Amino acid sequence: MSQVFPKSANAWSKASVLAIVFVLLSVGWMVLTIQRSDYVTTANQFIEQPVQFSHQHHSGGIGIDCRYCHTSVEVSPSAGIPPTKTCINCHSQIWATSPYLEPVRASFRDDKPLKWVKVHDLPDFVYFNHGIHVTKGVGCETCHGRVDKMPLMIQKVSLQMEWCLDCHRDPSRYVRPRDQVTTMGYQPAMAQAELGPRLVKEYKIAGLEHMTSCSVCHR
Amino acid sequence: MTNKPATRGPAVTFALLAAATLLFAGCRQDMHDAPRYEAYEASTSFADGRASRTAPVGTVARGWLRDDEALYTGKVAGQTVEQFPFAITHADLQRGQQRFNIYCTPCHGQLGDGNGMVVQRGLRQAASYHQDRLRQEKVGYFYDVITNGFGAMQGYAEQVPVRDRWLIVAYLRALQLSQHAPVSDVPADRRAELDAAPAATERH
Ligand code: HEC
Ligand code: HEC
Ligand code: HEC
Ligand code: HEC
Ligand code: HEC
Ligand code: HEC
Repeated sequence: MSQVFPKSANAWSKASVLAIVFVLLSVGWMVLTIQRSDYVTTANQFIEQPVQFSHQHHSGGIGIDCRYCHTSVEVSPSAGIPPTKTCINCHSQIWATSPYLEPVRASFRDDKPLKWVKVHDLPDFVYFNHGIHVTKGVGCETCHGRVDKMPLMIQKVSLQMEWCLDCHRDPSRYVRPRDQVTTMGYQPAMAQAELGPRLVKEYKIAGLEHMTSCSVCHR
Repeated sequence: MTNKPATRGPAVTFALLAAATLLFAGCRQDMHDAPRYEAYEASTSFADGRASRTAPVGTVARGWLRDDEALYTGKVAGQTVEQFPFAITHADLQRGQQRFNIYCTPCHGQLGDGNGMVVQRGLRQAASYHQDRLRQEKVGYFYDVITNGFGAMQGYAEQVPVRDRWLIVAYLRALQLSQHAPVSDVPADRRAELDAAPAATERH
């Protein structure tokens, strides 16, 4: 009876040790890539809303400040989603008979809230607070992108821990003057490398150790 | 004799299976969506579906009794007040300007002439603050308009807190004065700037 394994099998079996390393590395790489993919983070995905509300029209076109609708963004953890009454301020007259806006009118008539679908959603074990970011000079644009160019709201960043930490390690790359936080398409008046550190000092932004300690975001 | 090699196979398989079970057992999402409400989350417990409840009518939180009539209503015994209920500083005026630009300019425009973007898109002409009747009005009147609305204009009580409403009124007054000021009010050494920069572009 001939040998089941020819002599060359020895070489193959040695090479297969390398192959195992290779397979493990590629699986690891795949997992990490999938973890960061838009599919997992839900970034850049459109979400069907009860009303086709366009930030492009309202912020970009008409130039309404974000805080007109997101009233609590400077003082509380939640930015706030406007109540139907806020839409009625204008839409009692503008497009007052448009079928697009029928859900808005019905909501106001019957005192039933519009059911907006959340676009950004951190896991519940993460603590986030808009107030501190906005008052320390982090603009909406830095985290939400060019909202004034969005016909439908989408999440522009991964919202993963590494994304938060990238900024928390050195916010000076992103901070802007406080009166510019809601500006879209902001351009710093001077080099950010010079302006950033100055603002960090002026706004007394906390140091690296505090900003990266786990209990800041997991409390 | 020793039979170790024969039994190690199943042990390894078992260890691998156990590890895999533990690994995937960790993939539950319970902690991502804890059984508590987030702000504005929908709720099945209440008829109107809102988890964020409003206080029952007439509730007064401790320390929040609105007993300062002038401050909260702009009126004292039914009479519109003529004075601000607190002193207005320069910083207050600046915040007033900022709040005005957020909440009023969409309709009233940066100059307060009533030609904001929304009016240009078809809203009823908003009032100009520079008409005689409104220049004569008392500050309490403007506070009342912001709070309760006027005619085609809805109230802004939900969007603008009480103190900010007064600051907006203060800025609105400054705007009225600025649009109706004689040249002699401008310090002599800065009059040249008037010709250089039109008021509208200077303001922003
Ligand atoms: C006219 C009112 C209005 C204005 C002005 C406005 N928004 Fe919104 N915003 C809404 C409404 C309504 C929603 C909920 C529907 C949606 O997600 O599109 C929303 C949703 C959002 C969301 C997503 C919330 C989620 O579900 O995660 C972000 C982020 C946001 N707005 C940012 C901004 C920024 C930044 C500005 C200023 C450039 C702005 N908004 C101006 C009304 C407004
Ligand atoms: C400050 C005034 C103002 C407010 C507040 C406002 N809108 Fe509008 N909206 C407009 C104007 C003006 C247009 C017409 C846009 C145009 O002509 O380009 C419009 C258009 C629309 C349209 C038509 C489709 C489109 O995007 O052009 C929808 C839908 C709409 N708004 C929904 C809403 C909802 C929902 C809210 C409340 C969260 C709201 N609007 C709040 C002024 C407003
Ligand atoms: C540091 C980054 C950051 C900045 C700056 C920021 N946001 Fe957000 N925003 C987030 C994150 C993260 C969420 C998701 C919060 C959650 O799921 O709990 C969010 C959620 C929202 C929501 C949904 C409602 C809520 O609070 O969950 C709105 C509306 C919103 N942002 C508007 C704004 C506006 C307007 C500004 C500027 C004035 C702004 N944001 C600035 C990161 C940011
Ligand atoms: C673009 C920059 C930037 C990004 C992105 C960012 N932050 Fe921050 N964050 C800041 C700054 C600046 C402060 C202010 C620190 C201070 O001085 O207290 C801050 C403060 C905070 C605080 C309060 C710290 C305290 O002292 O209690 C929390 C909580 C926080 N961030 C959570 C988050 C989370 C969660 C994310 C990601 C979803 C995030 N941040 C993303 C810049 C950022
Ligand atoms: C700047 C805010 C911030 C800080 C500081 C921070 N985290 Fe996180 N962490 C997050 C966010 C946001 C997520 C959610 C990421 C996601 O949804 O993919 C997260 C997720 C995690 C997870 C993953 C949980 C899961 O099921 O996916 C672990 C574990 C974790 N953090 C541990 C830590 C530890 C340990 C530290 C301290 C060394 C720390 N974090 C510091 C913001 C922070
Ligand atoms: C959605 C558009 C809109 C916004 C935003 C708005 N207004 Fe008006 N406002 C109007 C309209 C329209 C009128 C004219 C009402 C009428 O004559 O029926 C008006 C009238 C007024 C008047 C005149 C009342 C009178 O006696 O004639 C005052 C004062 C006023 N607004 C102040 C404000 C202030 C202060 C703000 C900001 C907090 C503001 N408005 C925001 C639309 C608006």
